[in-house]
Amino acid sequence: MEKTVYTLCFMCSVRCPIKVQVKDGQVRWIEGNPQVPGMEGSLCPRGSAGISLLYDRERLQTPLIRDGERGEGRWRKASWNEALDYVAEKLKKIISEYGPQSLVMGERTNLSTHVSKTFLKALGSPNHFTHDALCKGSVNTACRSLFGYTDAQIGIDYKNTRHIVLYGRNIFEAIAVKEVNGLMDAIQAGAKVTYIDPRVSVTATKADRYWMIRPGTDLALNYALIHVILQERLYDAAYVDRWVLGLSELQDFVQPFTPQWAEQETGIPADEIIDFARKISRDKPSVIFHYGYRGAHQQNEIHLRRSILILNALMGSVEAKGGIFFKKGPGALGKKPARKLTDQTLPKVTTVRFDKVGTPDFPLPDPAHGVPQVLTEAILKENPYPIKALIANRFDPLKSIPDTNGMKKALEKLDLIVTIDINMSDIAWYSDVILPESIYLERTDCIQQANGLKPQMFLRRQAVQPRYDTREAAIILKQLAERLDIGQYFPYQTMEELVEWQLEPTGFTLKDFEAKGFVAYGKDPIFWDRQDGIQFKTPSGKIELVSSLLENAGFPSFPPYPKAPEPAENRFRLTVGRVALHTHVSTQNNPLLSELFPENVLWINTAKAKAIGIQNNDRVEVSSSVGSGTIRAFVTDFIHPEAVFMVHGFGHEAKTASRCFNKGLADNVLQENLTDWVGGSPALHDTFVTVKRVQ
Amino acid sequence: MSKYYLLQDKKKCIGCHSCEIVCKSNKSLPVGPKLCQIITVGPKMINGLPKAAYVFMPCFHCENPWCVAACPTGAMQKRAKDGIVFVDHSLCVGCKACITACPWGAPQWNPEIGKVVKCDYCKDRIDDGLKPACVTVCTTHCLSFGLTETLPDIRRQRHAEAVAGLDA
Repeated sequence: MEKTVYTLCFMCSVRCPIKVQVKDGQVRWIEGNPQVPGMEGSLCPRGSAGISLLYDRERLQTPLIRDGERGEGRWRKASWNEALDYVAEKLKKIISEYGPQSLVMGERTNLSTHVSKTFLKALGSPNHFTHDALCKGSVNTACRSLFGYTDAQIGIDYKNTRHIVLYGRNIFEAIAVKEVNGLMDAIQAGAKVTYIDPRVSVTATKADRYWMIRPGTDLALNYALIHVILQERLYDAAYVDRWVLGLSELQDFVQPFTPQWAEQETGIPADEIIDFARKISRDKPSVIFHYGYRGAHQQNEIHLRRSILILNALMGSVEAKGGIFFKKGPGALGKKPARKLTDQTLPKVTTVRFDKVGTPDFPLPDPAHGVPQVLTEAILKENPYPIKALIANRFDPLKSIPDTNGMKKALEKLDLIVTIDINMSDIAWYSDVILPESIYLERTDCIQQANGLKPQMFLRRQAVQPRYDTREAAIILKQLAERLDIGQYFPYQTMEELVEWQLEPTGFTLKDFEAKGFVAYGKDPIFWDRQDGIQFKTPSGKIELVSSLLENAGFPSFPPYPKAPEPAENRFRLTVGRVALHTHVSTQNNPLLSELFPENVLWINTAKAKAIGIQNNDRVEVSSSVGSGTIRAFVTDFIHPEAVFMVHGFGHEAKTASRCFNKGLADNVLQENLTDWVGGSPALHDTFVTVKRVQ
Repeated sequence: MSKYYLLQDKKKCIGCHSCEIVCKSNKSLPVGPKLCQIITVGPKMINGLPKAAYVFMPCFHCENPWCVAACPTGAMQKRAKDGIVFVDHSLCVGCKACITACPWGAPQWNPEIGKVVKCDYCKDRIDDGLKPACVTVCTTHCLSFGLTETLPDIRRQRHAEAVAGLDA
């Protein structure tokens, strides 16, 4: 029997719409959903590797209970009943002894995140967090400080842009298919790409202008750009006059940041900075200064992200065709979004979060996501209280949070570690219980509310039955909830029932998704009127350069610029990033992806390598104040002498993930656990390392 | 040469290797053989900008395929109706003469079955009215496939635009 299923990919978090062909219960073919503009058959390499994930014999196949020391790799297979009973019993004991706040659950944001949040709230714990802040916490806060919206509520109109500026946003390697094709269309139509990065990525090789900036100085470049734009009146005066508050304060602030000053700091010639400001302003408002996907580089990250957004404001590109826009929800058309379990009346939880987000200690990060990198210290110092249990759902604190050795010490203090995952991740390897999740091709998922210029809903549908004894996270949590006497908040038996419950207020049914995999609330893109209609959610209703959000929390909108330190002799700034063939820490064991990209290497500048006696392909030891490890050197002219670079996600420790076990080096073993205490991101590029040849 | 041509628009290619992955997935290939491959050349500084080429290398399906001539068993064949060069596994004895003969390294070794495998333009898909796997799934649609004489002439078009001088 053959069938076609329209569903959503989950080889990364982008959720590209896909079409899956199934024959006799086997997935035979996956391609991008041909009915979705920008997809039209396309898949990135990770999406193309979906079938090999489905049939991978090394993924988790059955519940496992630890049968040896943590991390020893000795397990006994358990039935679901046994595993769930075991976890519930342990949790009950921990909660009765230490209170519900002693349970923390961390996950990669996903379609059933509302289920996980409900689970913790119903138990009385404030401690749900997502991975988001590790990636873009400061981008989120920067967006709220200027516009009153989070980054998730903002989109980018790639297709119609005339000029896009990418600050290390490696768009052609950290791939979201629709974004790539939108930008490709713009390039075909003559749009320019400016790429700024201490390293020549694939995106750099496609750019019309490339600056090998001194690492850590993007903010200096931006202040100089703003200086030129204001001095030469290159900004969109009508737009700025109507919508921007705090221009004179900005003007005073950037006065000292001349292009000549920036040349000293960034290494970019002053005349190029001036020339660029003049050129890009000719294309306003259809220009994009890309505010970044990941914004987690430095301890003053929020000010870099704010400076990028301010450049958009000056170009009038906020809510402009070919610029950035605010996503419109069904409410814009008088319609209703899908329900979430968190819409129910749940117990009020007033306990302070483990990360203290929302308190005067850490006021500004988004409490909907929390700040994961604080977890290490919260556990170790029992501050604000003892944490005793961790549920890790498709999130690996051992590979994602800076300072792996610190996290390992923290894990030792926990009485219970439970992992819900599809692969033997490192946190699974260190767990007490593993609850295996069905992969995306095997499960129906919660509704994706896809707000944008045209509000839509997408649905992930089960294409084939689970190949092994696995379940959906939303079902696993419900079954755990029943054992913890909070089952009443989970009014469904199957995923289909949950989706139908979600859809009730929308007027759509499950059947409406069958033909195309999505439904649309309306037909035409919605832009607000640029003269009167832009609904900024700041207290003033305008773009607040002087931000009431920041100032009311006691932070200046324009603090002094901190010069980027030059690395001490024979030290380098560690920088990290992505490659098209892997998703963060989760695909390194995929049979096809591991073949083409089996391990990461350390990019190091040719002259610097020569000076310390390192040749291409040498095995080198990289060390920081918190850890060290070995990796092969890639000696190249195409990285700034002050930086070294490695792809994130390697150096796996779980032995039964045999294809990626011990391959390459984990960046977070080396990274110090540093935080932007205003915005919430970790500072992943503020660690300096030494590199030496292994004899 | 087969009546088909597989065109790569190098300007649009981002070297993501999705073509290689989907090809291996579609043909259920083990670690080793790559029926098509993206070879990265560069980067190199050209007029002050770092440039790299991501070159798509499938089988060319030659008019006069040396691999077919070299095959002692008749396993390597040229399909009569459209000139696609393919291997009949029931006849392949794994002698590797085709691997030696091909100047471009197109025939690949499948260690699992001890036979040669090669790009056949996904002839089963073509017979169903579809495009080859790599072309269908290519992230940026930089690959296109069809009758040689009907493929878009993007290079000529772009060159014309560049020399026209209307962009000042």
